[in-house]
Amino acid sequence: MIKYILKKLLLAVPILLGITLIDYLIMSIAGNPLDMMVGPRVTRESLAIRAEILGLDQPLWLQYISWLGQVISGNLGYSYKSHLSVAELIGTHIGPTLLLTGTALLLGMLIAVPLGIYSAVHRYEKRDYVLIGFSFGASSIPGFFLSLLLIYFFTVRLGLLPSGGMYTPGTGGSVSDIARHLIMPSLVLAVSIAGNNVRYIRSAVLEILDMDYLRTARAKGIGPALVIRKHALRNALLPIITVIGMEIPVLFGGSIIVEQIFSWPGLGLITMNAIIGRDYPVIMGVCLLSGVVVLCANLLTDILYALADPTIKY
Amino acid sequence: MNRSFRMLLRRFSRHKMAMYSLVILLTLILMAVTAPLITPYSPTRPSGKFLLPPDSEHLLGTDRIGRDMFTRILYAMRVSLMVGFLATLISTCLGVTLGLLSGYFGGPADRIIMGITDIVMSFPTILLVLVAAAIFKPGLGSIVLILGFVDWPGVARLVRGNVLSLRETNFIKSDITAGMPGRYILFSEIQPNTIGPVLVYATNVFAISILDEAALSFIGMGIQPPTPSLGNILNGAESLSVLTGKPWLWLPAGIVIFLLVICINFVGDALRDAFDPHGVH
Repeated sequence: MIKYILKKLLLAVPILLGITLIDYLIMSIAGNPLDMMVGPRVTRESLAIRAEILGLDQPLWLQYISWLGQVISGNLGYSYKSHLSVAELIGTHIGPTLLLTGTALLLGMLIAVPLGIYSAVHRYEKRDYVLIGFSFGASSIPGFFLSLLLIYFFTVRLGLLPSGGMYTPGTGGSVSDIARHLIMPSLVLAVSIAGNNVRYIRSAVLEILDMDYLRTARAKGIGPALVIRKHALRNALLPIITVIGMEIPVLFGGSIIVEQIFSWPGLGLITMNAIIGRDYPVIMGVCLLSGVVVLCANLLTDILYALADPTIKY
Repeated sequence: MNRSFRMLLRRFSRHKMAMYSLVILLTLILMAVTAPLITPYSPTRPSGKFLLPPDSEHLLGTDRIGRDMFTRILYAMRVSLMVGFLATLISTCLGVTLGLLSGYFGGPADRIIMGITDIVMSFPTILLVLVAAAIFKPGLGSIVLILGFVDWPGVARLVRGNVLSLRETNFIKSDITAGMPGRYILFSEIQPNTIGPVLVYATNVFAISILDEAALSFIGMGIQPPTPSLGNILNGAESLSVLTGKPWLWLPAGIVIFLLVICINFVGDALRDAFDPHGVH
């Protein structure tokens, strides 16, 4: 097991290198970020000096190597715009993002798992079709449109929930206040997770229900409730773990747009600002982080797999 | 008409939702294609007073500078469907080719192709799309290319997996034993047998591409105004006065996206069942 984890970690290194290399190439095509700053009050000469300070006058591969060297020594560089260190910037914004995505994942799975199992147990009945219909609906609605609808109903019409931010400005942000701000953005993300996964879990459970060992369990006459609870659910754990592992990168990306709409002060907000302002060190930092998150999610899936399924040995 | 196609058609038509979806989808596509015949107005030029609520002359009212909203949505559908279709075409062709090569030849080619696939899959798609969209000049061509180059790894993996299992079947083994050329085995024997799953996957990519284009245009990094797209029409709805007082400016575009995507998903689901070799005939 330990050997397997080490092997996976080693395999992650070339993937991360690949990710950063692709980022660097895309940005090199885009050109010099300082070109955007040229204007009546900023001369070419002063920008040339800036470029020299930032190392932008060097050839691309040298820039990449020096960036890589920095990263290995634990320094992600400094933002071109705010001059804050990228690590610090990410550090202060990752909390809200984790809170948002974590809540959404929990909420989404709490909806998807029971509904998926229910749907599979009652397969080809009317309620099964209704649930499948709903799950298609949930995965077909654009997140930003759902956000607008929620804001329209809950903020504008009913005046129940705040439409943006993480807590009411001026207050310190009590738990209940943050929770109220969290409801709509996490719901938007949870709906898409649930929509995609109800069908996935349903078909996974359906496959299990057709297995011989379940036929044996039924033949023993222990009753449908016990068959499902004891024999089917245990085995349904595997697809559920897979789903959670797959959802993490999707969530990480999906939160960018949702954070933008609800002005949630997380990574998505600084990412968007960095992208619009061509703040390359920040973009590189976030891309690297997202790569790490995805690879960690994959590794975690593998480990949980081994824990849940005694037949898997690494 | 050959037999297997008739069987596919019969199995597909058993899905009532998919049949309704297909009708709605074809109607919407027809409306988008024949837009200039349906509406007398221009999508980019004003045609009446501004901010008119819906009436018999302007079915969905007019926007802030007096453009007919119904017309704009028709033309927006054209743009969104085209982006979705072309992006799907690119990513499917790319994915099928790489998947076939990777699965059939194995060895170093397989390792390299799957390595690239892993890298692209390790990106949150939206992040990659956003970075690329911000850096290249936004517009129809770049959006198609960006979405096309992001969605292929799924197809590649699917095809590779299929090829690997097909290689173990007797008819391919007998081809190899008979000394058939690799090109023939790959494109005339293996590829036709992967078409079903690829088509199903492609409908999924089509739906996702339409959603991605809408999201990108919504935040202003996709199709640029005045060219209408279903996403950038919704862009104005973030202002409170539009959101509360002028639902005709944002509700219809959102509903159209939803309709397109859900219909495509239902059709894809029925196709999956129709192609399923374990399904009931």
